[in-house]
Amino acid sequence: MSYVTDLPVWAAMIVCLLLLAGSGLTLIGALGLLKLDTFYSRLHAPTLAASGGVLLISLASMICFAVLQSRWIFHEVLIVSFVVLTTPVTLMMLGQSALYRDRFESKNDVPSKPLGEALDPELDKGAGV
Amino acid sequence: MRVWLPYPLLFFGLLTVWLLINQSLSVGQIILGSILSALLVWIMANLKPHKSVLRRTRLFLPLAAHIAVDVFRSNMAVMMVILRAGRRPLNSGFLTMKIELEDENALAMLACILTATPGTAWLEHDRQTKLLTLHVLDLENEQYWIDLITRRYVTPLKEIFG
Repeated sequence: MSYVTDLPVWAAMIVCLLLLAGSGLTLIGALGLLKLDTFYSRLHAPTLAASGGVLLISLASMICFAVLQSRWIFHEVLIVSFVVLTTPVTLMMLGQSALYRDRFESKNDVPSKPLGEALDPELDKGAGV
Repeated sequence: MRVWLPYPLLFFGLLTVWLLINQSLSVGQIILGSILSALLVWIMANLKPHKSVLRRTRLFLPLAAHIAVDVFRSNMAVMMVILRAGRRPLNSGFLTMKIELEDENALAMLACILTATPGTAWLEHDRQTKLLTLHVLDLENEQYWIDLITRRYVTPLKEIFG
């Protein structure tokens, strides 16, 4: 990895600061998994890595390769968009399974499933019907 | 054209992404990218995605600015909560609110926004009752969160998606 020496000092400093901030945020998110007490609060900790951590580290990578002009900064944009688009899926799956279990065992004061009349039976069938 | 290539824009978009990722314009990559894109477009056509009509696209800009500010603020807030955890009792809790959005894509976008801002976790949404259950890490004032989400995200999304 010899390119680091090609970076001008000002760029190297910005890249280092962003990298440190991003990895620090990710570390704090990981610490949150250890320190927070309930499952639902622990659900919030990794989102620190998925939003702030990814953004800052990608920004550092973008600046580094834009200054070096060795490749396009398109990869980072893709990384950010894929992470943003896919985290809700896993988060909702984890959250819903926890909600389902807690309602079944009636634990943790979870709100009961909102009851109401079915307004439109077609809605539950999903798209393309 | 519609039968063989149901989503021409998506096809060329995917092909461009493939070529940009590989950073090459060689014939081999173009052929490989075209085969992959055609396959993905075919899968997309079978999924029959819901098509939304975008009414006022210029509202995306202020929405994006709000999201950027909120992502920064909520990252800082959650960081402080985690660092203080153990010393101070956590007041996290569930929040149920009514979301006046019907469009699937608008709801998906709201889910992405609420997930990208740490501190709010989307748990459950019922399309029949339109009730959304969230878990909020720092739930001091319920009405504050309901107003914030409604004013900042739901109202603009509703205007954009009509």
